[in-house]
Amino acid sequence: MTISAEPRHLDARYDVLVVGAGPAGMAAAIGAREMGADSVLLVDRERDPGGILLQCIHSGFGLHAFKEEITGPEYAERFFEQVLDHEVDVLTDAFVMDVTAERRVKLMSPSVGVTTVDAGAVVLAMGARERTRGAIHIPGDRPSGVMTAGLAQKMVNLEGYLPGRRAVILGSGDIGLIMARRLTLEGVEVVGVFELLAHPSGLGRNIVQCLEDFDIPLHLSTTVVGIHGRDRLERLTVAPVDDQRQPLMDRAWDVDCDTLLLSIGLIPDAELARDLGARMDPLTGGPMVSSTMETSLPGVFAAGNVVHVNDLADWVSQEARVAGEAAGALSTGRMRPLEDIRLLPGDNVGYVVPHTISSDHTQTVSFRVRKPIYGDTQLRLGEVHRRKLKAAVPAEMITIKVGPHLLEGFTGDALRVDAVPFDAEADAPSDAVGGER
Amino acid sequence: MLDPESTAVEGLITMSVPVVHDVIIIGGGVVGVTLARTLSRFELDVVLLERDAEVGFGVSKANSGIIHSGIHADPDTVKGRLEWPGNVGWLRLRDDLGFGLAQVGELLVALAEDELATVEALHAQGRRKGVPGLEPYRQDQVRRAQPNLTREVIAGLWAPTAGVVNPYEAVLLIADNAARNGVQVVTSEPVVGIDPPVVDEPDAPIRVRTPGRTWHGRYVVNAAGLYADEIAAMAGVASFTIHGRKGEEYLLDKRLAGLVTSIIFPCPTETSKGTLVTPTYDGTIMVGPTAEATDDKDDTTTTPEGAAQVFAAARRLVPGISPRDVIAEFAGVRAVAHTEDFIIGPTDRPGFVNAAGIQSPGLTAAPAIAELLLDVLSDEGLALHEKDAWQPRSEHPVRFAQLSTEEQAELAVREPRYAQLVCRCELVTEAEILDAIDRGARTLDGLKFRTRIGMGRCQGGFCTWHCMQLLAERQQVDLPAVTKRGAGSWLVCERDDAGARPTAALGG
Ligand SMILES: Cc1cc2nc3c(=O)[nH]c(=O)nc-3n(C[C@H](O)[C@H](O)[C@H](O)COP(=O)(O)OP(=O)(O)OC[C@H]3O[C@@H](n4cnc5c(N)ncnc54)[C@H](O)[C@@H]3O)c2cc1C
Ligand SMILES: Cc1cc2nc3c(=O)[nH]c(=O)nc-3n(C[C@H](O)[C@H](O)[C@H](O)COP(=O)(O)OP(=O)(O)OC[C@H]3O[C@@H](n4cnc5c(N)ncnc54)[C@H](O)[C@@H]3O)c2cc1C
Repeated sequence: MTISAEPRHLDARYDVLVVGAGPAGMAAAIGAREMGADSVLLVDRERDPGGILLQCIHSGFGLHAFKEEITGPEYAERFFEQVLDHEVDVLTDAFVMDVTAERRVKLMSPSVGVTTVDAGAVVLAMGARERTRGAIHIPGDRPSGVMTAGLAQKMVNLEGYLPGRRAVILGSGDIGLIMARRLTLEGVEVVGVFELLAHPSGLGRNIVQCLEDFDIPLHLSTTVVGIHGRDRLERLTVAPVDDQRQPLMDRAWDVDCDTLLLSIGLIPDAELARDLGARMDPLTGGPMVSSTMETSLPGVFAAGNVVHVNDLADWVSQEARVAGEAAGALSTGRMRPLEDIRLLPGDNVGYVVPHTISSDHTQTVSFRVRKPIYGDTQLRLGEVHRRKLKAAVPAEMITIKVGPHLLEGFTGDALRVDAVPFDAEADAPSDAVGGER
Repeated sequence: MLDPESTAVEGLITMSVPVVHDVIIIGGGVVGVTLARTLSRFELDVVLLERDAEVGFGVSKANSGIIHSGIHADPDTVKGRLEWPGNVGWLRLRDDLGFGLAQVGELLVALAEDELATVEALHAQGRRKGVPGLEPYRQDQVRRAQPNLTREVIAGLWAPTAGVVNPYEAVLLIADNAARNGVQVVTSEPVVGIDPPVVDEPDAPIRVRTPGRTWHGRYVVNAAGLYADEIAAMAGVASFTIHGRKGEEYLLDKRLAGLVTSIIFPCPTETSKGTLVTPTYDGTIMVGPTAEATDDKDDTTTTPEGAAQVFAAARRLVPGISPRDVIAEFAGVRAVAHTEDFIIGPTDRPGFVNAAGIQSPGLTAAPAIAELLLDVLSDEGLALHEKDAWQPRSEHPVRFAQLSTEEQAELAVREPRYAQLVCRCELVTEAEILDAIDRGARTLDGLKFRTRIGMGRCQGGFCTWHCMQLLAERQQVDLPAVTKRGAGSWLVCERDDAGARPTAALGG
């Protein structure tokens, strides 16, 4: 590992400082410059900008942002070119250690040492981290060979090594599904994917393209209940679970393998926001945000996976652009929107982002359902809006555009978002209260 | 590698002159390394042989980390005699070496009338042993001191002398200091045989065999933990057997930090001190241990039964604890001699000394065990001349995360690697990792126990690769040779050669 200790000069103050140069951070930096910020600093702790995209060498990115299917690194590169075109200052190999409510940012890097800079506005775009074995408490030994799917992805895609020879994947999140395919292509035997829930947690297209196309079995309602191996993983015990998710030990069986990849979910990497004292949403694990992605602390914005775990980088870029534009606009003294309506997760809705919206402009509202509905689904935004969907599953984030035309007549201060099975009678469009006004 | 057993002169090997060490210590647990450091005060040639890739990887890192107050063990036993002086010895070690040790005190609680007699008996026992500061607590005093305990507590005993330590950090720093004072610490060096005495030469050194070498020592100390019975048998003095007694421990989320501020003990039973609720030195709450006999000395699995038992017992003391808060778990195996006591002393074989059966409170007693062994060795004829140049202190490794911003900035100016992040959860820098490797870290676990990498929220997801690279680079090996904790605990393999396993595993 070489250290790029070339000393670098940083200004004492930037209009906007962006923490994290994944798709969120890059889009925010571009947005900030476009809305008039004179100086924007984009900081990332990795050597190269791009975030998690750099290790996603499969295609499937950019369908919305670029109207074509490209790989993660290509997506990152296109955005990074724009970042450079917009004359954003970029500092990599630099870790943001602390941010204060006064937006004083402490960072460390071999090129600048340990130093602080002030910012007119800060955009937090730190992404998410993977849940680990500690989060699910599997009894047994503690051998090598048990790791998160993302770490394995990095080993294979960026470093060119294999995590093992015979792998089991626990959890049907997208990273795990994609790794099942990658490892198979690399000659690693993938014994199966085990999922505690009765439905997969990754995208439908990944179930087809990563498992079915390669004959990799997916065991739903099944989990790992024992890890065996003194030095290296040798064997797992797996068991089906009942509808209370309790393992049925009399039906347990053993699986020989040397590798267990955990794909059991992502959690927003929001420690900086929490330490700062931003109001947090226990449902997402990220900070609460306004319609312009501003946290409860004025001048501190957040976007991307640090707010809620997205399934598509394209959505991340869109959402982060909003944050960046608002952060940039602050430096030009523009007024904040009203933020006069709170959004609340209602029936079968796991979370809603943003947490407040404004009746004076148009914003995108994102949410996920809690339980899958494999059939006609009714979306309701309070009494002001209804929409019918073909299905709604937790793996796929749902977005709706909410603008002044919907909110015109609304005088309350909160709207509930519901997603329930379509009931033809109750949900009939002729229903007096429903529909667009 | 040069074989230090033979002296080669200008290319022609004349004869083989074995190096005879004054003392060979077998086993680098807390007992072995503490003895090594104690012996390093004297003009002696000392070598410590450890089977594992690093010292302290046995039960000495997998325990509750409590420096017991001194009241618990019966003073008519060896372990009971050494418990309290051991406690005092730890404070001196801490002052010299600067590892984390906090005297948080212990609160023994009675939940029923019939336990009051036990509290009283332990109070009397502690007084008899000279443990200072003991204070019986009434119910209201217990409640005031630890408001999160169950309302069912009726009385307690406060013992301020109990402490918590980072056991692995302590073992490593003690070993470091011993090495600094001339002890040769050799890891990945399992003892596989000890030659019988040479019939006509009673003064001949004892020959200790490892897979690649023969070591010669005037004195040999058997501190091999769970395998001390096998080592004694190799030496021809099999007078005891060692049995495993497993203990499971569960670490709880940082969220619960502060739930208790002292170590909470229930009233003990015949075989065990019971399940404790411990505020570790790092501020997380730990619950455990269990005490289960095991035939398999290397069985460090955690089990659903163990977890159920620990949480049932812990919740009786502190109802706010729940299995949902577990962030990490581990188990250690106590080395229990058939006598249920420490076996420390000379044997029928001259020069061969045991430090065996070091069950709980072996961590606490270790400094006193070392002093006792010093007496034993001296009685056996080992000449002890104090060194003029003994260095009781070593430079403590830098803990970047604990420095002020100014200190951090200053370090980073001197060495830019202090500004290169490796572990983001515990804020560990590249310079600290390299220093740890230079101090003997050979494995990922070794780095973890030295620097705290991988102990935070992401459990190594972020830093593992960087650490593996640094280990490989610094030791000039390939990545597949880097291991989690030595032997077969490889981490990655090469792409092409299907089925092949990494060959030369680091430290194994
Ligand atoms: C395996 C996998 C497959 C995916 N497949 C697809 C796909 O096919 N199509 C698709 O559209 N999307 C896909 N996604 C989703 C998409 O990649 C993510 O949603 C997106 O990358 C999130 O962007 P982000 O900027 O919020 O976070 P990240 O990409 O995680 O970026 C966060 C950045 O912040 C930096 N950082 C964090 N903390 C600090 C700090 N304190 N100081 C400095 N820097 C910091 C990190 O180094 C990182 O570079 C996939 C994701 C994964 C993990
Ligand atoms: C769950 C649990 C909790 C505990 N809590 C506490 C507590 O809070 N306080 C306390 O005071 N005590 C506690 N103890 C007890 C304490 O951990 C032990 O008494 C102490 O660590 C024993 O140290 P040791 O050096 O004898 O053993 P070990 O640490 O096991 O060291 C022996 C070493 O010898 C090596 N070895 C073995 N065979 C060979 C060979 N053939 N060649 C070379 N080397 C060899 C091993 O690899 C090992 O490193 C606890 C024990 C357990 C299990």
